[in-house]
Amino acid sequence: MDAIIENFFNMEVLFRSRYLLLDGFQTTLRLIVLIVLFGQAFGLVLAVMRHANRPYLNPLLIGYVDIVRSMPILVLLMLIYYALPFTGIRFPRFWAATLAMSLNGGAYYSEIFRSGIEAVEKGQIEAARSVGLTYLQTMRYVVLPQALRIVLPPLTSNTLELIKASAVASVVALPDILKMARQAQSLTLNPTPLVGALILYLIILLPLVQLVTHFEKRFPHHA
Amino acid sequence: MDIGGIYFYFFNVDIMLKVFPALLSGLWVTIKVSMTIIAIGFSLGLILAVIRSLEIKYIGKPINAFIRVYVDLLRASPYLVLVSLVYFALPFIGIQLSTFWATVVSFGACLSAFAEEIFRAGIEAVGRDQKEAAKSLGLTFLQTMRYVILPQAIRISIPTLTNRTVAITKAISMASAIALPDLLKQARSAQALVANPTPLVQAAIMYVILFYPFVRLTLHLEKRMGKES
Repeated sequence: MDAIIENFFNMEVLFRSRYLLLDGFQTTLRLIVLIVLFGQAFGLVLAVMRHANRPYLNPLLIGYVDIVRSMPILVLLMLIYYALPFTGIRFPRFWAATLAMSLNGGAYYSEIFRSGIEAVEKGQIEAARSVGLTYLQTMRYVVLPQALRIVLPPLTSNTLELIKASAVASVVALPDILKMARQAQSLTLNPTPLVGALILYLIILLPLVQLVTHFEKRFPHHA
Repeated sequence: MDIGGIYFYFFNVDIMLKVFPALLSGLWVTIKVSMTIIAIGFSLGLILAVIRSLEIKYIGKPINAFIRVYVDLLRASPYLVLVSLVYFALPFIGIQLSTFWATVVSFGACLSAFAEEIFRAGIEAVGRDQKEAAKSLGLTFLQTMRYVILPQAIRISIPTLTNRTVAITKAISMASAIALPDLLKQARSAQALVANPTPLVQAAIMYVILFYPFVRLTLHLEKRMGKES
């Protein structure tokens, strides 16, 4: 028991590594905000384009979503960070991570948004068009407000997974919370900072898990 | 960059052939780890779900609360943080796991947490009436579970469970960060060896070939379930 407290919950070590951890946490927070924002925006664009049902776009959209969904997020990140520079396109770590996770998130979000758009009755779209709204206006004022409410449960659980995946940015040495915790661990020769990193993640993610559980109970078939 | 350059750096057939055996051995590790995680995660998840629906007198409440905390914590923990903890922190208290087992323990625990939630939702969906009917016919609790509840509950759980399993087995590539010699790790080593990113592209293609059928299967199952309900 003493060994566990000494090595995992060592307050002195935690205090000594506070700057590193908070620094990393800040980077992680910035990354999380950007990938959720970009991921959802990109997903929404993909979903609307898919719903517009253009024959020349559909194969591209389907192919993109399927390939990205079949590829581990870390593989995508490595392709962007380690392979792309050979073509002369070089992103800094932070933006490589943001790009990889937004591309990945977008594919998942697009499927969710699409199911929401499809759940809105077709008659409403026809009605909106017949009163003179353009396609984009119909989307903006009629379909999306309803679709977003329908997809709130899967949207939340997908966001949870995307935030969890953000830790892979440490693999390309982005100084995020996990990377900084590992660094603090090697400085203090004590793994408490790693536990600290987990706790900081849990502060964001446990409320989200509660929310997902709540949705699962209320709408068992949509989560 | 011209076409020749793209061919040379990303689709270099000579390099692909040269590193293919190494990548195959990595793929085999990925598959072995996945299988082990699925076996452990599903069975542990099922056991926990059954325990949670037991409603034992007196000790039932604390046990359920414990399972809930276990499930919530694991659902909220990023895989990479968890696997780093298991591999880099546990040795400090004398628990030293190989990269294989560190991966299996952390991801297996995560999958078991998700599986518990999914199976429990399935068990609850089957409903109390059938449980009581089975009981009044003289079936014991375990018989009721075995012959009445679980066959239906598991069937209901399949789409969600497949979805989650695909997500977690894909995430196993993160274990390359603790040097598990999986497909991604082998590709990175090969890339460093030949100073050419073709192996990474090749690994990406292999991952897509491996997971694409399951991604399609998930969509198909979800659609079918959606129609039934």
